[in-house]
Amino acid sequence: MWHELSSDQQLLRDTTARFLTDRVPLDRQRKNKDSTEGFTPEYWSGGAELGWIMPLVSEENGGGSVSGRGIVDLSLIAYEFGRHAAPGPLVDCNVVASALSDSGEQTHAEALEAVMMGSAIASVCLGVAPWQTSDEATISITQDGDELVIEGSVKPVESAGQAAYFLITGYSQGGVTQVLVPAATQGITVKNLKAIDVSRKFGAVSFENVRVPASALVGAFGQADAAVERQVLNACVMLCAESVGAMESAFEMAVDWSFERYTFGRALASYQALKHRFADMKSWLEASHAICDSAADALADGLARAPETVSSAKAYIGENGVELAQDCVQIFGGIGVTYEHDLHFFLRRVTLNRLLYGTPGDHRRLLAQMQIEKEMAA
Amino acid sequence: MSDTIEPVEEFRLRAREWINANLGPLQPFDRTQHCKDDEEELVAVARDRALQRKIFDGSFAGICMPKEYGGLGLTPEHNRAFNEELAGHEYPSRFAVPTFNPCASTILEFCTAEQKAAHLPAILKGDEVWVQLLSEPGGGSDVAGITTSAVRDGDEWVLNGSKVWTSRAWWADWGIILARTNWDVPKHVGMTVFLVNLRAPGVDIQRIVRLNGESEACQEFFTDVRIPDSDRVGEIDAGWTIGTRWMFHERMGHNSPYVTYPTGMALSSSQEDSPVSIARKSGKIDDPASRELIGEHRELGIITRALQGRIADAATKANKDMSAIDRLFRGVASVRRSTIAFELAGSGASVWDEDEEAATDAVGMNFLMRQISCIGGGTTEISRNVVAERILGMPREASGDKGVPFREVPKGPSRSQG
Repeated sequence: MWHELSSDQQLLRDTTARFLTDRVPLDRQRKNKDSTEGFTPEYWSGGAELGWIMPLVSEENGGGSVSGRGIVDLSLIAYEFGRHAAPGPLVDCNVVASALSDSGEQTHAEALEAVMMGSAIASVCLGVAPWQTSDEATISITQDGDELVIEGSVKPVESAGQAAYFLITGYSQGGVTQVLVPAATQGITVKNLKAIDVSRKFGAVSFENVRVPASALVGAFGQADAAVERQVLNACVMLCAESVGAMESAFEMAVDWSFERYTFGRALASYQALKHRFADMKSWLEASHAICDSAADALADGLARAPETVSSAKAYIGENGVELAQDCVQIFGGIGVTYEHDLHFFLRRVTLNRLLYGTPGDHRRLLAQMQIEKEMAA
Repeated sequence: MSDTIEPVEEFRLRAREWINANLGPLQPFDRTQHCKDDEEELVAVARDRALQRKIFDGSFAGICMPKEYGGLGLTPEHNRAFNEELAGHEYPSRFAVPTFNPCASTILEFCTAEQKAAHLPAILKGDEVWVQLLSEPGGGSDVAGITTSAVRDGDEWVLNGSKVWTSRAWWADWGIILARTNWDVPKHVGMTVFLVNLRAPGVDIQRIVRLNGESEACQEFFTDVRIPDSDRVGEIDAGWTIGTRWMFHERMGHNSPYVTYPTGMALSSSQEDSPVSIARKSGKIDDPASRELIGEHRELGIITRALQGRIADAATKANKDMSAIDRLFRGVASVRRSTIAFELAGSGASVWDEDEEAATDAVGMNFLMRQISCIGGGTTEISRNVVAERILGMPREASGDKGVPFREVPKGPSRSQG
């Protein structure tokens, strides 16, 4: 990335890169095809020790970031995740950690500490999202006396089978509610599902008359809309940075290949038809870098333009990340669709990220809504 | 004369006072340069000449031009301060580009003292409007492949050939021209730059009507036009060196320190309707698919700006060729945005009335003209070559003109040679 990195940020990025190269090389990940986990608890806690789940957590809660701009630091880590197609619920654990830290509730202190240390995994069950209407919510959270009742289901939920906690977002009459509940709570069913990525595993989680005390609340009942929006923005920046890393890896492989591969006595790189495709891909890649950095900056600095910058990034990278990876497959030809080749790890990653926390279409509708409101105000 | 430079902030206050006292508000045709008809345009040109003279008389013309040629000899910071103070005010928009840049900036860099004295003060006083004569009908992207020829005849040169896509040349006074002076050497080393009076005998300027009916661009035909050797710029056959700097100035556009224009003014040749407004008119504002298009339109605008920032950073650090990525992206994104506007308008894009056109342009016509963003200022195909070859290091395209005397370069069956 083009951010001017401080030496601390460089160190953070480089230690993460070394750790991932050492612990989850693609040859090892390739064997994850039939596993339900995708990574070991030691890998996750080892990464947490490097500070992966701290940047969005306040210092009072034991968190902190090397630059003081948490989401920017996190985007550096996420970029390396993409570069290496690394496993693990980086996005969800950070979303949950930031939600718990921001809410300030002491009842969740133990969970927050465990998530930050990497000894527990917390997954996000987004039963209603900023781009959805209340009719489209798949989880409802209602009050019944002193208890909260959770009903509904949601998929995809990352690392659902390994999660110790779920941060559940559901619709309550008049607003959005968030609760943190242990995965073992009665009435919660987890079903592991097959998914696009080799190493990032997903499941469906359903809630049938799940009753939890009011202490499970993260934020006030029916008033979590703004908090959820902020969590989604953070998640989107992480996913974008990760996809940019994956795009960079795929593109680099394809460029190398274009010089190595000869056909009709010439390198692929000498054909103008292909050179122009590479030029287009390079423009998508640079635009993706640019908008991802801009989104991280806007969010870190709390700028008014953050929501539309982040949605632009998520929509653009969602669409063009996939197009770039598919074009790389085309450049490789038949070998590009084999399991033995590394390329598919990056294709999977950008494809998966396109679908999580809002598709390009979802974010474009959000952008349109913002634009309509802006023009009405003008 | 004192050599002390006036502090920028003092200059700014002085400029603010003068501007407020002497310049009126920004006019619609300052923004787009579009005029209803030629008559209105000539009025606008006369007004621009008078405005430039007013700025000269107020001692604010040519802020970064040397004093000996009528300028103020100040710094780009002074020019920036003036431009900031000019925001919202009328200004001589037809002098900004190409007269001050790239023409005056190239004259300043390469002309002799006599040549500068002959033209720079005249430009500053609003007496000379200049155009650049570079592109030719026989080749757009291959700038160095020009075939307009200049042949020495005693103390004069005889110019024959044609230049094209010259904006608003029909009311301009002078041009800076690249011509071929040696056909027996490879193409880059046989060109020379001249200053040519557009009122000289043998200069015929024709308007080019674009498919949307607009005709700001011109084609110039030169038939035995005699140019005194004193109007030659630089050494004979060394024109490409000047040409590359000239094109560098051209790329700077309105950002050149020699250009005076109000800061923050959107320099746009269009006054397009917003996608939200288009969708509202067509009744599609609540349609989810249309919403996605509106969002994509906005997204591409935001990303275009973010990418520009990134490329500008890169240019100051290392790689100037990165600007080709910016050019490519802008072209393709703009085409997509035109298509989105067209899509949102629905069948309504097929017809419009004069009032609509005057207020917001016509979506249907903008769509017909959409490829202009991938053609003007260097095609996106050339940008793709630059990205692949100079940034990614891929092999260069085979060319038929490398190291070959220009006379022997294949130019197609119908091309004559000098």
